Amino acid sequence: MIEYLRNNADTVWLALQEHVYLALLPVLFGFLIALPIGYLGVRFPALYHPLINTCGVLYSIPSLALFVFLPVVLGTKVLSPVNVVVALTIYTVALLARTVADGLRSVDPVVVQAATAMGYRRVRRLTGVELPMALPVILAGLRVATVSNISLVSVGALIGIGGLGQLFTRGFQLFYIEPILVGIVLSVLLAGLADLIIVLVQRAVTPWTRAV
Amino acid sequence: MNLSYLLDPAHWELGAPYSIPTLILAHLGYTVLALLIGTVVALPIGLYIGHTGRGSFLAINAGNAGRSLPTLGLLMLLVTLLGLGLLPVLIALTVLVIPPILTSTYAGMRSLDHRVVDAARGMGMRSWQVLTRVELPMALPVLMGGFRSAALQVVATATVAAAVGLSGLGRLLIDGLAVNDYSRVLAGAIVVAVLAVLVDLFLSLVQRWIVSPGLKGTD
Repeated sequence: MIEYLRNNADTVWLALQEHVYLALLPVLFGFLIALPIGYLGVRFPALYHPLINTCGVLYSIPSLALFVFLPVVLGTKVLSPVNVVVALTIYTVALLARTVADGLRSVDPVVVQAATAMGYRRVRRLTGVELPMALPVILAGLRVATVSNISLVSVGALIGIGGLGQLFTRGFQLFYIEPILVGIVLSVLLAGLADLIIVLVQRAVTPWTRAV
Repeated sequence: MNLSYLLDPAHWELGAPYSIPTLILAHLGYTVLALLIGTVVALPIGLYIGHTGRGSFLAINAGNAGRSLPTLGLLMLLVTLLGLGLLPVLIALTVLVIPPILTSTYAGMRSLDHRVVDAARGMGMRSWQVLTRVELPMALPVLMGGFRSAALQVVATATVAAAVGLSGLGRLLIDGLAVNDYSRVLAGAIVVAVLAVLVDLFLSLVQRWIVSPGLKGTD
């Protein structure tokens, strides 16, 4: 494994970089899209169940199917990384819209009333009280989305895109175990590292969860 | 959108090699086998951890560890080590389903009202009876949630079996891409997505059937 890494450092490094942006860009986009959608699900209770069900259906579409289906819808090339980014963004939104809604619903109504009584208007109450209080739930969802995105990206290698997944297909074609092992280890390490970073951020931004 | 492959009756011939029904059957075969083996392995472990509280660290961390393992890589590694065949696919898919089943069994057991378990003990139930008559039935809604998400993941991921030369709906995607027959790829994508939705619908009916009426409305 070490020897393979030494001889193919450039290829592996490129694949790793590609893997990082293919997996993490969708997390960022997905998070930004899921926030308002999740909020709407709480603000208008009639929307909550349709929202949950739509997310469930979106999440059940297989990744490989979505990767090859998107070019038809978007008019992109089959080999375009945009397909992977959009597909994983859809998964992230499907996962996070629900967590955002559930997180906001989990905020103690007494706290919200207290904030209202202190003169907080809706927007300030949302950004200053409700969202921070919902953060532990939202970030738990973000951890799931990040880790599963990192492992899903490699499936893109089957259609010719997809970071570390290319090490899998290369090793498989050559019947050579080293690149596959390197790919798996790096993918798991990357997921663990991303997960750890979110946990540390969570500790830093929700100090009150440790006080209780 | 070109649906010609999907709508061509020749591709729907029952029993013909590589026809859509044959591929669906193979796909469902991998899915059911993996879920069966995964349940046989993960359910007792989850029940044990939930019942005794011992080893909860394992149950909590199994979820993230399982999610981070790339199935395609694992499958290709296993094929390189063990050779082609059903075994590598089953191992890779089983590894995928064990974490959600284990974690949700544990979570279901932990979410119970402790007073109910105490009441069951107070009524003179033995440990085994508490587990099978009280804890397991009450944990079922959460457990089935984990089982359903495991089933969805397997249906979606079983497409990778085709990448190592086996059957299943991934054949339409992989072969279609190989020969640039986009209508075949699209057929594969649509059939897999529909199958996933149907499997989930079926499991939601199973859930409604096996969850005790006394627990309805709590989920």
